[in-house]
Amino acid sequence: MENNKEEMHLDDAARVKVLSPGMMVAKRFFRNKLAIVGIVIIIAMFLFSFIGGMLIPYSQSQVFYTTEEIKKDYAGATQIAQYQFQTVEGESLPADIYSKTMIAASTDKYVFTSRDGNVYGLGTEGKDVFIVYALEETKLLLKKNVDYEAAVEAGRNTFVSNDTTYLFDGDDVNADVYIATELAVGSMSSFTSFSAGTKFTYEFYRNALIAVSNGQKSFEADDTTYEVDGEVIKTGGEEYALVSDMNFNAVEAGVFLSPAYKAAATEAFEAGADSFSYADEQGDMVEYHIENKNGQYLLKRYQETRVIDSYASPSKAHWFGTDGNGMDLLARLMYGGRISLLIGFVVIFIEVFIGMIIGGVSGFFGGWVDNLLMRLVDVVYCIPSMPLYLILGSIMDFYQAGATTRIYMLCIVMAVIGWVGIARIVRGQILSLREQEFMVAAEATGLSTYRRIFKHLIPNVIPQLIVFASMGLGDVILAEATLSFLGLGIKYPAASWGSIINAVNDSYVMTNYLFVWLPAGMFILLTVLAFNFIGDGLRDAFDPKMKR
Amino acid sequence: MLCPNQIYFKVIKGKAINKGVTNIMKKFILKRLLISVVLLFFVSLIIYGIMRCMPTSYVENQAMALATRPGSKSYQEWVEQLNAQYGLDTGVIQGYFSWAARAIRLDFGDSWYWNQPVLQKFSSVIWYSFALALASFILEIAIAIPAGISAARKQYSMTDYTVTVVALIGISLPSFFFATILKYIFSVKLGWLDLYGIVGRNHQSLSDFGKFIDIAKHMILPTLTLLVVSIGSLMRYTRTNMLEVLGADYIRTARAKGLSEKKVVNYHAFRNTLIPIVTLLGGSLPGLFGGAMITETLFQIPGIGYTSYQCIVQGDIPFVMFYMVFMAVLTLLGNLLADILYAVVDPRVRVN
Repeated sequence: MENNKEEMHLDDAARVKVLSPGMMVAKRFFRNKLAIVGIVIIIAMFLFSFIGGMLIPYSQSQVFYTTEEIKKDYAGATQIAQYQFQTVEGESLPADIYSKTMIAASTDKYVFTSRDGNVYGLGTEGKDVFIVYALEETKLLLKKNVDYEAAVEAGRNTFVSNDTTYLFDGDDVNADVYIATELAVGSMSSFTSFSAGTKFTYEFYRNALIAVSNGQKSFEADDTTYEVDGEVIKTGGEEYALVSDMNFNAVEAGVFLSPAYKAAATEAFEAGADSFSYADEQGDMVEYHIENKNGQYLLKRYQETRVIDSYASPSKAHWFGTDGNGMDLLARLMYGGRISLLIGFVVIFIEVFIGMIIGGVSGFFGGWVDNLLMRLVDVVYCIPSMPLYLILGSIMDFYQAGATTRIYMLCIVMAVIGWVGIARIVRGQILSLREQEFMVAAEATGLSTYRRIFKHLIPNVIPQLIVFASMGLGDVILAEATLSFLGLGIKYPAASWGSIINAVNDSYVMTNYLFVWLPAGMFILLTVLAFNFIGDGLRDAFDPKMKR
Repeated sequence: MLCPNQIYFKVIKGKAINKGVTNIMKKFILKRLLISVVLLFFVSLIIYGIMRCMPTSYVENQAMALATRPGSKSYQEWVEQLNAQYGLDTGVIQGYFSWAARAIRLDFGDSWYWNQPVLQKFSSVIWYSFALALASFILEIAIAIPAGISAARKQYSMTDYTVTVVALIGISLPSFFFATILKYIFSVKLGWLDLYGIVGRNHQSLSDFGKFIDIAKHMILPTLTLLVVSIGSLMRYTRTNMLEVLGADYIRTARAKGLSEKKVVNYHAFRNTLIPIVTLLGGSLPGLFGGAMITETLFQIPGIGYTSYQCIVQGDIPFVMFYMVFMAVLTLLGNLLADILYAVVDPRVRVN
């Protein structure tokens, strides 16, 4: 039309450009700006979902982790307030020895009877160091006994005479005397070896405790000589064990707390410090924070911990951030787009297939067939779809259908509910077409029913069908998104745009993580809008009467 | 279901001139009612069948809870006992007929989840839904019809494109997404309205008028959501019909005889546009009672939609059964109403 600026003659063949009906429709369609916008959006969505999904290095269910500095409990330390016993191999102590010892130590009554009736005695070996004996009453003349007098002199209540250990209870020579069998050594100290795996023998315990509490410089045990240096016990110049009145426990199993660390910690406790530094295995200084709760100390330190990178803000690695499960949102949007588009097309395809057959048969044959099929359409039309989807969703939940099964089931159910609209359109269209001259002519030429339906009627219905299908696609995507949003459609780990927005059910996410739900919602809106634009444009293109 | 054209033909074929229109109408309505009853039978049968397939039923949950009690019967025994109690031990067909026999007498049983008669629960929640739907319905009419007409009057103008795009956006907006945006803006960012619920925290201490205002305030966002989501189709419908009417011969005649454009549009065109619109609106009147399941659930408005949603999730068969049949009745009623209205509103149909 625009070329009439050139010199043209009425009989010029090129003057009127004849377009085929299809070309006319295409021309009218492409003149519609909104339809072009729709086409562009849909192509972009397809590229984004299918090509983008291939290009993105992440998968839809890949979980990302991040390291975070978290103040974590490292160790606990407790002031030892109860006697710790190391027993002679093969011996055992009564259950109430702890309380009895406490009472005995505070009342200076070193002989007591345990709950099971046996008599026990404590031999004082130094400050807060006792040796526990099993006692057996005996008669022994204490008067003029050299060993006894030496013991009284030393302030002890035990003495050894003729290779037998005796314990006496009383201040004068009339005291009760018992034959004592050594059972255990008790103290308020704990031992830590400087090298992991060292086991201490009873003899070592006993002699070390006595030596430390009496301030001796060295002692012998197991044929070895040990030197005492404050709280550290050395052998052959090497540090062997640490004696401390604090009990240390690492929070995590398998962590070896070195004596040096304990010493540093003890020092910090005594100084009342809030924190102290100590070199870790790599030699880096780590700061430990001390929390004091009535003599129980908790040591904390900042530790790098691997955590799921949930609700990470958009960054270079994750352009749209991550969701609550630490999955990349961009990848999920792409894969979700695949599912949403796929479901839309599959459902519409099935709907058109069923609708065309039922509507076509109904319209063409009329009579009781029409009546019956239309009543069927009415019945399906009356079933409320949303509650039905919800019920079917919960049925699938119950059978724990896999993500793929759910997608197929969803397609089938939506198509089975949705075909009635198409059937009605096809029937109405065919009813009116049937009466037209070209159909009468087709019948007159003796064409078979099959040919008349599929070669002459159906092609005339197709424009309407395309319009309806492109608009219906939007509806299907919306319905799927709504179902997934309610948590009954596509399920984790598969993604769909609706299930991504599902996160807003948590108000905290809605308020603080806009980037999680906004893009998915916009994608749904844009896609559905684009299908509606296209459908609108197609209708105008197919129906030139509307364009005055 | 008859299309409007068929009614037109039916009226002519039925020798309307001799027998009178009212008689024909009565016959037509009666026939349609009978068909509706038959349809309802099949619809409810299908719904009942699906409901009986529901595995995560309230009964199982209840039995599970009861069986964990100390010294209780086994789970299986409880299931059997409860099934017998709730009439689920019969076959689907038998169960359906016993349900239908009671449903005809409007006895829908007791809701398991709410623990009260279904109809009692229904009547206590339906008015929230109705108020919500009515508010958005009125606003919809008030906005969509003028907008659609002005778009049609100036086809391909800026107004027309705006109306088309706005209508299409409304149709394309997922209600849950729009509701979330509204909540984000008005509840979270601006803090004007509450996120959820129908009443505020201090509802009880308010005066009667204050209570009304409180509920109205909580209705704003749901109404807005419903309005935006549903306004598009009416706008487009009005526009399309107005375009059709404006292209009709009698409008050309009206213009040709020299009537002002205002008169042509407001009297000749508008009245004729109203015919299909009134039919459509009339047909959607019963739908006002249907509740908006998604919107109500999102805003936790205790209407029929939200109540049913909870019942579906909980597997409360009597209530869901009632709700689905109720929805089917509303759909049938809407179609019937639309067809009758078509004959009532259009004088051409009546005269013939």
